[in-house]
Amino acid sequence: MTTRKLGRGVAIVGAGMSKFGAFPGKATRDLFVEAFQEMRASVDKGLDPKAIEALYVGNYSSDLFEGQGHTAPIMADWVGLAPLPATRIEDACASSGVALRQGIIAIASGLYDVILVGGIEKMTDLPTERVTDTLATAGDAIYEIPAGFTFPGFYAAMATAYMAQYGATPETFMQVGLKNHDNGALNDKAQFGARIADIMASKKARAAQKGRPVPEWADEMAFLHDDRANPIISWPMRLFDCSPISDGAAALLLVGEDLARSFTDDPLYVIGSGQASDVAIHDRLELTTLRAARLAGQQAYEMAGVSPADVKVAEVHDCFTIAEIIATEDLGFFPAGAGWEAAEEGQTARNGSRPINTSGGLKSKGHPVGASGAGQVIEIWKQLRGVASARQVPGADLGLTHNVGGTGQTCVVHIFERR
Amino acid sequence: MGSRCTSCGALHLPPRALCPACYGGEMEWQEMSGQGKLVAFTAVYIAPTAMIEAGYGRDNPYCAGIVELEEGPAISAQILGVDPTKPEEIEIGMPLRVAFVRRGAGDEQHTFLAFEAG
Repeated sequence: MTTRKLGRGVAIVGAGMSKFGAFPGKATRDLFVEAFQEMRASVDKGLDPKAIEALYVGNYSSDLFEGQGHTAPIMADWVGLAPLPATRIEDACASSGVALRQGIIAIASGLYDVILVGGIEKMTDLPTERVTDTLATAGDAIYEIPAGFTFPGFYAAMATAYMAQYGATPETFMQVGLKNHDNGALNDKAQFGARIADIMASKKARAAQKGRPVPEWADEMAFLHDDRANPIISWPMRLFDCSPISDGAAALLLVGEDLARSFTDDPLYVIGSGQASDVAIHDRLELTTLRAARLAGQQAYEMAGVSPADVKVAEVHDCFTIAEIIATEDLGFFPAGAGWEAAEEGQTARNGSRPINTSGGLKSKGHPVGASGAGQVIEIWKQLRGVASARQVPGADLGLTHNVGGTGQTCVVHIFERR
Repeated sequence: MGSRCTSCGALHLPPRALCPACYGGEMEWQEMSGQGKLVAFTAVYIAPTAMIEAGYGRDNPYCAGIVELEEGPAISAQILGVDPTKPEEIEIGMPLRVAFVRRGAGDEQHTFLAFEAG
């Protein structure tokens, strides 16, 4: 494989996001305005919005979630960018990771100097079963969905294959959820923003307040084994193995590397980018790995000239807890089949040898699907600039994002460096 | 039924008009034996609308899985003849044979691919 390089270097000089959560009464445009305003405030030397030349926005399914198609020009208008070119990118849950890649390519091509990349999704207006139906359209509607598969179901099937092949247990997956809730509790943008222990305490308090019997659990694992507190969604995935239904938006400002210092003295350089696709889940030779993730990772590492050992902090696509374990293997952090033990040993914790999802990940921070890929970059932006507050990883100077669409039919990986 | 590429011999299930292995466009039908084994599965408790309408849900979960046929290709299907309320007892590698289920009512009734244990 020929190593591909960008024709022109690209840097990120601004990043912002709305809070992720459930926001009745707000539309995606409202959330995108919040993200844009925070992005603008983050540009150290200030941003005149007139410098922006085009918008690439990731959005999975505003059509089905909100009854609103053709969202890119609306987003451009509401942040004052009309009549600039505005393009929506749809690659399921990887939509804004791919939008970022398109923005990078647009600058590297020489066509533009300054690009706004966005990600948006508003999922909570629909009842759960219709959200389930909408997410399922990211699978194969002719050959997978009639079998009864849902999105939790696809990843649960990967989990059963992984357990049978390598020996992980449902308790392994619970450890991933515990860790990501610990991280998310330190993130004021996170949907949950609470440790599992905090959630247990608030459930007890609510029961007492309503005069109901107060539930007792010996510890967090007892809570996670309780079918009432943590019901099975699609075995072996339980509620606390699944990322939530979320609303949210994120915005990133990309510029040519040669222009970065006129926006900030502390830019984030994009040094690697990779993307791949894959077939329907039943057509894959292996169900315990995502080929598209391995290929996207290899492309990004080769472009960057770095190895997995160089990555200090990574945001990976933990739409379900099993997905985080598989991601840490696909990206080369651990050998195939060793990711589950590494997770159980705490290696992926904030203070472990390989911090994964310090933001809380999709599990705790929230998963407004079209915004999640851009949202991951915001954590890397904070970590590499040393402003991630209580969840800061000391000395983080190289970071990676791994954003998956559907069951891994799309994967996009980016590597960032602070110089 | 699957399709076999007359140029390179690759077998596809579901059938395809273009062979992704050699780009050949000439196919012949191949009837599959219907025998296979379970390679991955899940017991679904939170069901999509179509399965809720078929009577499934939290109180009546169902099993969906991926079945590798003895001819090689694999396919997604509902798995019958197993107990979705005891997923720990469902074994990867268990032999399965093809079955068909009908879901829906009246003009909306359709036949779906399934596999059955035992």
